[in-house]
Amino acid sequence: MAAQELTGAEIVIKALVDQGVDTIFGYPGGAVLPIYDALFQQNKIRHILVRHEQGAVHAAEGYARSTGKPGVVLVTSGPGATNAVTGLTDALMDSIPLVCLTGQVATHLIGNDAFQECDTVGITRPCTKHNWLVNSAKELTRVMHEAFYVATNGRPGPVVIDIPKDVQFQKAEYVGPQNVVHKTYRPKVKGDVEAIKAAVDLIATAKKPIFYTGGGIINSGPLASQLLREFVKLTGFPITSTLMGLGAFPASDKQWLGMLGMHGTYEANNAMHDCDVMINIGARFDDRVTGRIDAFAPNSKKIHIDIDASSINKIIHVDVGIIGDAAHVLEDMIRIWKAKAVKIDKAALADWWKEIDGWRGRRSLDYKKSDEIIKPQYAVQRLHELTKDRDTYITTEVGQHQMWAAQHFHFEKPNHWMTSGGLGTMGYGLPAAVGVQIAHPDALVIDIAGEASVQMTMQEISTAVQFMLPIKIFILNNEYMGMVRQWQELLHGGRYSHSYSESLPDFVKLAEAYGAVGIRATKPGELDEKIRQMIDVKAPVIFDCVVDKFENCYPMIPSGAAHNEMILGDDAEGATVTEAGKMLV
Amino acid sequence: MSDESKIERHTIAVLVDNEAGVLARVIGLFSGRGYNIESLTVAEVDQAEHTSRITVVTVGTPMVIEQIKAQLDRLVPVHKVVDLTVETKAVEREMALIKVSGSGEKRVEALRLSDAFRARVIDTTHNSFVFEVTGAPDKIDAFIGLMRPLGLVDVSRTGVVAIARGPEAM
Repeated sequence: MAAQELTGAEIVIKALVDQGVDTIFGYPGGAVLPIYDALFQQNKIRHILVRHEQGAVHAAEGYARSTGKPGVVLVTSGPGATNAVTGLTDALMDSIPLVCLTGQVATHLIGNDAFQECDTVGITRPCTKHNWLVNSAKELTRVMHEAFYVATNGRPGPVVIDIPKDVQFQKAEYVGPQNVVHKTYRPKVKGDVEAIKAAVDLIATAKKPIFYTGGGIINSGPLASQLLREFVKLTGFPITSTLMGLGAFPASDKQWLGMLGMHGTYEANNAMHDCDVMINIGARFDDRVTGRIDAFAPNSKKIHIDIDASSINKIIHVDVGIIGDAAHVLEDMIRIWKAKAVKIDKAALADWWKEIDGWRGRRSLDYKKSDEIIKPQYAVQRLHELTKDRDTYITTEVGQHQMWAAQHFHFEKPNHWMTSGGLGTMGYGLPAAVGVQIAHPDALVIDIAGEASVQMTMQEISTAVQFMLPIKIFILNNEYMGMVRQWQELLHGGRYSHSYSESLPDFVKLAEAYGAVGIRATKPGELDEKIRQMIDVKAPVIFDCVVDKFENCYPMIPSGAAHNEMILGDDAEGATVTEAGKMLV
Repeated sequence: MSDESKIERHTIAVLVDNEAGVLARVIGLFSGRGYNIESLTVAEVDQAEHTSRITVVTVGTPMVIEQIKAQLDRLVPVHKVVDLTVETKAVEREMALIKVSGSGEKRVEALRLSDAFRARVIDTTHNSFVFEVTGAPDKIDAFIGLMRPLGLVDVSRTGVVAIARGPEAM
């Protein structure tokens, strides 16, 4: 019997089902109507209707990051595709696996400036891991399955499949995923054993070691976190992590130094600066982490484990580079460590810890408390305290509130922290929370937000209301684009050029207008009760937490400075930035 | 390790799937990340396998050259990346078509010099020649330099193609 022929639209749906997809985020339009029609006639895939395509992509990111599965997006041609670009770039920078299906005008119209036509593959080429324009339904099954393979293997990332409308109607044979093998793409997951041995030998000599871990651990999956914990315990070394890697190692552990980088802790950054052996697993020496390159951990030997060969020696020259998946390499490393029965220099390590404890004693995350006004750090601390015994997922927008969340909300498990790291996309957190809540209907999902960021994608609260997603938008409202204001204070003589948010909406009324619940807190004394109230509401909540307008986020490594040149909160006055530093972002 | 700040010139061969947009990916990678392209050639080399070979000549510090290779290698349709400058002793060739206009002594001199460069005349009129010359890029540079005072009016170059010496494939 001849294989069954399906339309292109039906092939899309069948391929999604065969790839294990249960949820997609999208917005219909002319060029994807056949796929929406096929969606209508099935019940295996749930479609979440967003209010803007950027929201669809961020929601898919939240879904992907909290589950480890690829997120799927469906948008129309032209503006549907261009609206998705910010989300795609965000996912590329943070290595999030996404499959984004875009409609395209019919093949005979391509290149004619047709209605809602744009060169989607051209526009998205630099902001995807790979993309395809599908010219006939015959290619569609292969491309669909390849897309999932490419998005999820190696260093994960977003892919785009651009499907012209006539291809969605054409009939072709469907092939299952087991019969599709990609021609060229074979990422390396096992690390080179000789390199791992060299790394173990180097670690064994360390007197001032540090683990510096990143999002690669989270992306590798729960096993990598487990193996990381095992190896860190085995060595007794201190560990710090990037923004992206929070949760891979439990924040309550005594070996944990807190986050490093521009707003990292005093102990983490000083330990990075003074270390003699650095073990980087799944982090990429981002400029927010390194500070001034020529003063970065100047007396250290460096090991770098990364699945992406192009990450190694890109910014910082390392002594041992290992290309491979974090879990695979850690597994081999632990095995070799045990087989060699490595004896570490315990006396040196004890001295190192003594030094670190000295830095810890500086209590760099402390801030001036107040009974009158809610300090934003205090709000995050209370939020953590009152939610830590629940299954809580945190997303954020971008800015001061994001850094305070990273500093004061302590993560114990991977995949519970979703934030826009690389691209720094304001407006990420609300739609990401929608995606997280879809994947974890019974969990407590909180977007720690700023009043400026959240307005960029505020419309997605409507999505949350429609799908009865009880997400909590916890706005640290200081009426400023806080991080912009902080930089203007530090770098531009306090000239607050356009960073004050005039004409803010009444967020409580706004919530009510959307059919959500609005809560406002203005005094520290009422905060706990209001947070409890927020948690208990089984509906989307916008929480307007009115905080100190002028609080700055410390510690801070000013642009162009080294790790040991941090500005701390209690001696921040008169802090200056060099002329060279001002040129940096 | 060699001198980190020294600018080196490398010829890199990239074997790719001949799919739509693959050249745009390679070029976009260079422009997007601020790398240099001195020359670039591309053509299908295996019809049955649908593979094309891109030869790109680039300059940069050793760290940048390593980055370029790693970045090329992670493009999804790329089969293989070989640095012909480092990994093998390669032969490099380029072809140019060079038009020289003029008459009298200069015309005679152009023809005489073309002979020394083993250039072929592939088109001629009473007051012009089109020469075809093949060789390493500096030979072509030298020929163009000699033709300039003799009435050089137009140059078309293929860019470098290169292949490793010895019996092995790339």
